[in-house]
Amino acid sequence: MKHLLAFFFFSLAANLAQADEVQVAVAANFTAPMKAIAADFEKDTGHKARLAFGSTGKFYAQIRNGAPFQVFLAADDTTPARLEKEGMTVPGSRFTYAVGTLVLWSAKPGFVDARGEVLKKGDFAHLALANPKVAPYGAAAVEVMEKLGVLESLEPRFVLGENIAQTQQFVVTGNAELGFVALSQVMKNGKVGEGSAWVVPAKLHTPIRQDAVILASGRGNAAAEALMEYLKSAKAAAIIKSYGYGL
Amino acid sequence: MLSDANLAAILLTLKLATLVTVILLLVGTPIAWWLARTRSWWKGPISAVVALPIVLPPSVLGFYLLVAMGPNGPVGRLTQALGLGTLPFTFAGLVVASVFYSLPFVVQPIQNAFEAMGERPLEVAATLRAGPLDRFFTVAVPLSSPGFLTAGVLGFAHTVGEFGVVLMIGGNIPGVTRVVSVQIYDYVEAFEYADAHILSGIMLAFSFTVLLAMYLLNPTRTHK
Repeated sequence: MKHLLAFFFFSLAANLAQADEVQVAVAANFTAPMKAIAADFEKDTGHKARLAFGSTGKFYAQIRNGAPFQVFLAADDTTPARLEKEGMTVPGSRFTYAVGTLVLWSAKPGFVDARGEVLKKGDFAHLALANPKVAPYGAAAVEVMEKLGVLESLEPRFVLGENIAQTQQFVVTGNAELGFVALSQVMKNGKVGEGSAWVVPAKLHTPIRQDAVILASGRGNAAAEALMEYLKSAKAAAIIKSYGYGL
Repeated sequence: MLSDANLAAILLTLKLATLVTVILLLVGTPIAWWLARTRSWWKGPISAVVALPIVLPPSVLGFYLLVAMGPNGPVGRLTQALGLGTLPFTFAGLVVASVFYSLPFVVQPIQNAFEAMGERPLEVAATLRAGPLDRFFTVAVPLSSPGFLTAGVLGFAHTVGEFGVVLMIGGNIPGVTRVVSVQIYDYVEAFEYADAHILSGIMLAFSFTVLLAMYLLNPTRTHK
């Protein structure tokens, strides 16, 4: 019995050594593409990727306090840069894995026109956006409204999501008539799936650069390094683009 | 020490908790009275429904409220038909949600107090020709006052400590739905740990003081 147990633990340890596992903190807006990429990654490399989804600010706080993530896919470029400066990352591992596209979206067909004129008409009670203080997509949305000269008139109608996924949930349930979300969230098979949308021109806001980084605890983790390489591959790029991101 | 934003969040939280506590004492007392005295088969199911928020994750309650009170939900259709609009993202919506969320914390202490009092004082009062209402207000309520104190304190404190439900249906609007717990969450997310510490410290001191006061003022709880 003792031998059997020892054998069991030995083989378990051997297994772990061969196929490495990487824990990945993923920004909420990148949920759908990352699930697809991780599935391919596991098939192609034999490594295992465990994904956690959430807001970049929350992940930052967790990582600073010892969360067991080896790779961080943020929704911006400032948070990974900050972690880098604080010595919490593997230097030189940071790169931009996607550039986000902002979309003004409504669950109702025909509610949002193709040029975003609906913002000027203001025919709605609630406009959802991610909290601009903490979420890059929210900050970009504020920039857009400022450029269009509608920020002041619309601000009283803001409802703020904790992250971009909750913002979408406000719109999906119809509690907010429309909202600014990530294009990736409303894309299905390469085009906007339901409702109506205005894909906001990139020139209306500073680019939403989303950076990935290997965290200090991922130093020497083969799966973490393999995943970062995989994110740069043509296969991953095709998936990322199909969800409406730029590269 | 307190910024305008923090002060607004604190005042909003106090306003919400006060209103919810008053409503809960008014609504919870008859429920507690009925539960304490009924022999109906319905006592079990009703008790279970009242206690649900103790075990349900706030995300479940928040999700159901968001969908039910939205423009396509049953409650949302009703409020729209009445010309009230929809409840999510409004202060009234938070009040409704908090009443559900804190209900057991008010009903259960009052119910326990009524049950501990027993039938005897009411029977004695009846022989002295006190009517049912008279018996309730001049006998039952004074004899159960520790239960009411506990109920009020727990209902208030529990509403102040509410987070998940507010996050899900509030929309984080300053002065309307951005209560202290949500404000703290924002500070943590935005790396503003100094402000998070100030508000968290206030919450901790408040919660401890309130509970301490309740245990000190309530001898039935401290000495068995």
